[in-house]
Amino acid sequence: MPRSLLTILGTLTLIGIAVALPIGLAVLGLLRFGDDILFFVLAEILIGSALLVVTMRDIIRCGLAMIVCFGALAGIYVIAGAPLVAAAQVLVYIGAISVLILFAIMLTQTKSAPTRLVFQTQAVGAGIAAVILAIVIALTVGSTDWHAVGQRVHTATRDLAAVLFSDYVLPFEVVSVLLLAAVVGGVFLAKQEEGGPS
Amino acid sequence: MSNSLDAYLVLAGLLFAIGTFGFLARRNAISMLMSIELMLNGVNLAIVAFGAFITGLKADGSAIALMVMAVAAAEATVGLSIVIAIYRNRNTPLVDEYDEMRR
Repeated sequence: MPRSLLTILGTLTLIGIAVALPIGLAVLGLLRFGDDILFFVLAEILIGSALLVVTMRDIIRCGLAMIVCFGALAGIYVIAGAPLVAAAQVLVYIGAISVLILFAIMLTQTKSAPTRLVFQTQAVGAGIAAVILAIVIALTVGSTDWHAVGQRVHTATRDLAAVLFSDYVLPFEVVSVLLLAAVVGGVFLAKQEEGGPS
Repeated sequence: MSNSLDAYLVLAGLLFAIGTFGFLARRNAISMLMSIELMLNGVNLAIVAFGAFITGLKADGSAIALMVMAVAAAEATVGLSIVIAIYRNRNTPLVDEYDEMRR
């Protein structure tokens, strides 16, 4: 099986690069130990698993890679100083949305659906567009002078609660009604109609 | 690196671009929904980063990120139930076979 051997070797090489890169950067002094290394490693996990989500052939593995991606993002939220958002990320995304998506995958995949053609014919164009988009965003971020930026501050949960239930109380209630409407609508759409087309 | 806004924003942009690629390139409707989730997460990361670094915004960034998360949950519920409803009629999850209105 030279093909699978090649795959394994390629994967191991990528993992090696991913492990060696933060260590090398830290030795060179580009990364400070502590938060920086953690941020870099989490960013690597985030981007790597996001790439796996959009490129892997087996869709259930895509769903599992998405869970890894959300977990790494929760870690980045903690580093950014937003622990409550990180907790909500774990509860909402890893706990709820991933389970929803995995159930939908199990309900809609058939053996007859071909697994070898996972991409549309426009995949090459889409790849070029995505690379251009990433470059444009990076250039814009790099060339903009963010003059209002200060030091990174930690968001205390007490402050967040005070803001959420004073300034943002109307959006909060609207969001709760929206969630109720979405859940009722979801049940209505997915429900098996009696007497209708099965 | 973890103390500069640029790193977070570039990371958010990368995540958004990856989601864009997945949305445009995948054939499976559920894969497209997963790509939309990636894009929403990228935007959310940018919001949290701005909330953490801009001194005028105290906890507003986190509050807005929580709202985005709730709306994303609503979107996932409705989107997945639409996919399941279409699958029940057409027996395929591949979006390029939903060509009823083109024929």
